[in-house]
Amino acid sequence: MMPEAVTDRGALPAALAEDEILAVRDLSIAFQTPAGRLAAVQDVSFTLRRGETLALVGESGSGKSVTSLGILRLTPRAPFCRITGQVLLRGRDGRVRDLVALPEEAMREVRGRDAAMVFQEPMTSLNPVHRVGEQVAEAIRFHEGLGRRAALTKAAELLELVGIPDPRRRLASYPHELSGGMRQRVMIAMALSCEPQLLIADEPTTALDVTIQAQILDLLRRLQERTRMAVIFITHNLGVVAEIADRVMVMYAGRVVEQAPVRPLFGAPLMPYTRGLLRSVPRLDLAGLGREKLAAIPGTVPDPLDPPPGCSFAPRCDHVEPGRCDAALPGLDLARPEHRVRCVRWAELAGGVA
Amino acid sequence: MGGYVARRVLQAAGLLLIVSMIGFAILHLAPGGPLSQFAAGGDMTQEDLDRLARQLGLDRPLPVQYLDWLWRMLRGDWGASFRDQQPVLAVIGSHVGATLELMLSSTLLAMIIGAWVGILGAVRRHSLFDALATVGAMVALSIPTFWFGLVVIYVFSVGLGWLPAGNRTTIGNESFLDQLHHLIGPCIVLALVSTAVWSRYMRSSMLDVIHQDYIRTARSKGIPERRILIHHAVRNALLPMITITGLHLPTLLSGALVTETVFTWPGMGRLFLDSISYRDYPVVMGILMFTAVLVLLGSLLADLLYHVADPRLGAHGA
Ligand SMILES: Nc1ncnc2c1ncn2[C@@H]1O[C@H](COP(=O)(O)OP(=O)(O)O)[C@@H](O)[C@H]1O
Ligand code: SF4
Ligand SMILES: [Mg+2]
Repeated sequence: MMPEAVTDRGALPAALAEDEILAVRDLSIAFQTPAGRLAAVQDVSFTLRRGETLALVGESGSGKSVTSLGILRLTPRAPFCRITGQVLLRGRDGRVRDLVALPEEAMREVRGRDAAMVFQEPMTSLNPVHRVGEQVAEAIRFHEGLGRRAALTKAAELLELVGIPDPRRRLASYPHELSGGMRQRVMIAMALSCEPQLLIADEPTTALDVTIQAQILDLLRRLQERTRMAVIFITHNLGVVAEIADRVMVMYAGRVVEQAPVRPLFGAPLMPYTRGLLRSVPRLDLAGLGREKLAAIPGTVPDPLDPPPGCSFAPRCDHVEPGRCDAALPGLDLARPEHRVRCVRWAELAGGVA
Repeated sequence: MGGYVARRVLQAAGLLLIVSMIGFAILHLAPGGPLSQFAAGGDMTQEDLDRLARQLGLDRPLPVQYLDWLWRMLRGDWGASFRDQQPVLAVIGSHVGATLELMLSSTLLAMIIGAWVGILGAVRRHSLFDALATVGAMVALSIPTFWFGLVVIYVFSVGLGWLPAGNRTTIGNESFLDQLHHLIGPCIVLALVSTAVWSRYMRSSMLDVIHQDYIRTARSKGIPERRILIHHAVRNALLPMITITGLHLPTLLSGALVTETVFTWPGMGRLFLDSISYRDYPVVMGILMFTAVLVLLGSLLADLLYHVADPRLGAHGA
């Protein structure tokens, strides 16, 4: 709408609205395994605005981690893993880059600077033989060109920011000297060290105790308010989703099956799989932040090497209609404004059955 | 830590006792004693020999001889060589330098080459280089050191004339370069097995490390691949190598014995074989105990180093 936006857009390799940080289009990621080609992620598309949080949910094995790793191209290299589609990211410098097509060296500069990641396992994600301070300072040294001393000073500030007591002294600690919660704070400090535009948090609280989980969530929320970064938050805990997300993307067997702002998704889920997920969580208003498992849907996710024809949820769906559901892959329909669903029967089902 | 060291020392003492008993028994029960060496000289009468046996204490029962030897050792008396009456420690002392030089230089060579081959093999797994390195290591491990030493001498000394065929120096030439020139052949021969061992263990250690979560974390920070490899991966992959090197020490020593023999290298290995053929019991027992202590110290050192190198093991204050 604003004139700059238009000229800006003209200079970009592809369109990205002014307040958008990330646009993922038709992202597919396939592994070459000894047993054949494994399509882990297929045709995932979404956009993310500044300051916005997108929750990525789905059972284990649905492709959440691979999606997030693929965005930063942290999946194995070319013959073993192939990424197609587009990942447009607006960098700190305002430039938009397509990460899928970026040369490796340029990609390396994007990592940690424009987009950073926090992983699930704080116990194993820090290098055991290096001091915490060095590890936090490392990205600062490489991306900001600061000297060791200046980078360590900044690392201490970051440790303070993420609520680590006595940060100057903690710089010299080794990871094993910290608790899981403290390590995850260090991971967050490390991810935020270069003030990225995008933070991807892959189940950052799953491995932690309930009370620590709440603290870490709170920390992430405060930091996001401060920095206005966009966040992709991966979880299989729907209680957490309700708490922190603006929008939700539900994945099943490598595909997006439902995509909506958080309210309509919780209030009126359209995809039988999403409903199953919601039913398997204790009532939301009662739900703590516990590690409720989503295993309550009977059956298991399909073998990614041998996916069923048609709707991949069909083998487990209560509403499956043979001949229709398994005929062809249902499209990701726009059911309502901003609400997409991949189910041939959503309209009928939205009527009564819940 | 104090309790740990005390336990290790006690263990070591027990081991040394057992080693000494077995060594002593084998040595004395082997056919042909020191007296037959003298007898072979021809000009000694039976009376002379009996007198010698009494003087050397060889006429006493074996357990008494052993206890006598042990008692002297405990007081720091290593005895004197039967051959020239020199103190055993002095004899060992004049040979240990050559052996240490050979062992240290070949270990260094093996570490450098083995580590590189292992790292590259892990990073380029299943590449042509990796395949060649794997086959190369298997071949290296199956080549007898003795045979390899002879081949090196045959090719590089006899054939090409590049290297001296033996000894530690050229007589009359005391220069460092001359010593280095003499060291090349035996160093390479002794390093062969260690290099293969290092490359194999380093490769698997690296493969283990590069799949760890913290390597992925390092990648997600956007630091250069070279730094990830060296600063994050190799640093961790080297930790188990400390233990491997300690465990490899006995193999290295027996390799040194063979290498020294082939290259007439004036070290403990050659001294050991010479002393055995002369039935020079005090020197043989001395070398046995000396190398046993060396191996035990080596493995203790490896353990201590491991504790220092791995921050998780608590040698560092919190
Ligand atoms: N490096 C890999 N090689 C082969 N298959 C992989 C690899 N990483 C993940 N996968 C497969 O991709 C699918 C999605 O995994 P993932 O994204 O980790 O699921 P989740 O939603 O639990 O994070 C799974 O079937 C998994 O087995
Ligand atoms: S398409 Fe059919 S099988 Fe798939 S979720 Fe909808 S109703 Fe169930
Ligand atoms: Mg995952």
